[in-house]
Amino acid sequence: MTYTVCAIGAWTILLVIRLGRAGVFLYTTVLSVVPSIRRFSLVVQQLYAVGVLTLLIILVAGLFVGMVLGLQGYYTLVDFGAESSLGLAVALTLTRELGPVLSALLFAGRAGSALTAEIGLMKTTEQLAAMEMMAVDPISRVIAPRFVAGIMAVPLLAAMFTAIGVLGGYVIGVGQLGVDGGVYWSAMREGVDVYDDILNGVIKSVVFGFVVTWIAVFEGYDAEPTSRGVSHATTRTVVTASLAVLGLDYMLTALMFGEV
Amino acid sequence: MSDVHFSYGSRQVHKGVDMTIPRGRITAILGPSGCGKSTLLNFIGGRLTPDRGTIVFDGITVPGLRRDALYDLRKHIGMMFQSNALLTDLSVFENVAFPVRENTNLPETLIRHLVLLKLEMVGLRGARQLMPVQLSGGMSRRVALARAIVMDPTIVMYDEPFTGLDPISKGIVVKLIRELNDALDITSIVVTHDVVEGCSIADYAFVLSDGLIIGRGTPDELMRSDRPDVRQFMAGLPDGPVPFHYPADNYVDELFGLIP
Repeated sequence: MTYTVCAIGAWTILLVIRLGRAGVFLYTTVLSVVPSIRRFSLVVQQLYAVGVLTLLIILVAGLFVGMVLGLQGYYTLVDFGAESSLGLAVALTLTRELGPVLSALLFAGRAGSALTAEIGLMKTTEQLAAMEMMAVDPISRVIAPRFVAGIMAVPLLAAMFTAIGVLGGYVIGVGQLGVDGGVYWSAMREGVDVYDDILNGVIKSVVFGFVVTWIAVFEGYDAEPTSRGVSHATTRTVVTASLAVLGLDYMLTALMFGEV
Repeated sequence: MSDVHFSYGSRQVHKGVDMTIPRGRITAILGPSGCGKSTLLNFIGGRLTPDRGTIVFDGITVPGLRRDALYDLRKHIGMMFQSNALLTDLSVFENVAFPVRENTNLPETLIRHLVLLKLEMVGLRGARQLMPVQLSGGMSRRVALARAIVMDPTIVMYDEPFTGLDPISKGIVVKLIRELNDALDITSIVVTHDVVEGCSIADYAFVLSDGLIIGRGTPDELMRSDRPDVRQFMAGLPDGPVPFHYPADNYVDELFGLIP
């Protein structure tokens, strides 16, 4: 019993220490964001690494999710004679929820883990230490461009996910199940609100991008400089970022769309 | 540096190290692995702060320097890491150009001339397009050397420059350290456990063991030292004041199960 209490206490203390380190790290990173934006070529390089290279899995996943939504939506709505609302159902589901959430989860798995591993290995091979000794701040040169790129990439990826998902729903609903194409698009245009639906979805994906990238770069920078340390850090990034996205999604949804 | 004390957790690494590095000469810091030689370089470069004691570099007290002042100081320090610490996503040319690009606004033509000059000095002008992964250990070390001197520092610190090299590469590095020190009129500090190579280029040497400087003088003087611990290290004897065995319980008692 005593051992359990001690273990919980030690775990809590370590957690608070890590949260403190992550907070200080975020503060120093945010201070370096403006200089980093001035050297936008560094951000563009990272946008390619974390954004463009993630695009393929986002598009493939978005297409399948849209197709599944088309199928499930149709068979649910058709019982009520409401299959004409299929386009609206698919679009709302994607813009409000699945677009931001799934693209952030895929981003955490693909780009977040890569960011952690890359930064962790740079630490392990003394590249970050060498930068410091060359009077180059690794936070400004390495972390901040990746941080900015991550925050920019997730909303763009979520938009692509949503767009291809809507197309996937169209292919199944209209192409396979016989919903009228004009009705599919017009229901969507009538029912989707720019502010309530699209903007809230964009805000969600910006928040997810911020949190996932913060976790990824922090875990890499804070990794124990060994093979096992980098491996653990990479795992922690995917697990923590995924749980953070799901938890934040609930909170943001409650704030944006209803009562808690 | 004077009266430097430092501990890693409960392990006391330095117990009052006093050392004066002569300007314009090559100074070797010799000692067994893990005795805290590289940590001394980190004190000079301001990456670590001793628990107690002073480090003065060119009239400036390093511990406690503000970040900007520390980064200004580092522009006058070149450092070659044991792992070479080359930036793996940059070519040989870009690795050597990195500190110049980051710390100056020199025009591209001048940067090119500067980098080619340094690469020519280490014999790798023809390898400037190669990536770090394409280099042998010796070539990587020479690129790291070119990068360490590209800003024309007043002091260059070499952390285990001979480790892991074949005899030819080792000979090249020895020759380069000597020639660069004399040609560029810089101060060199070579941290090594390699007595033969260290003594072959050093004008002056310190022997660090058990947290203290146990010997100092020219390599010849150290070779003739009558201190048993200095003699053991310089002659590479497996047993002596530095015991062969890590501290443990009695062997026979342990074999017969007398110790739980």
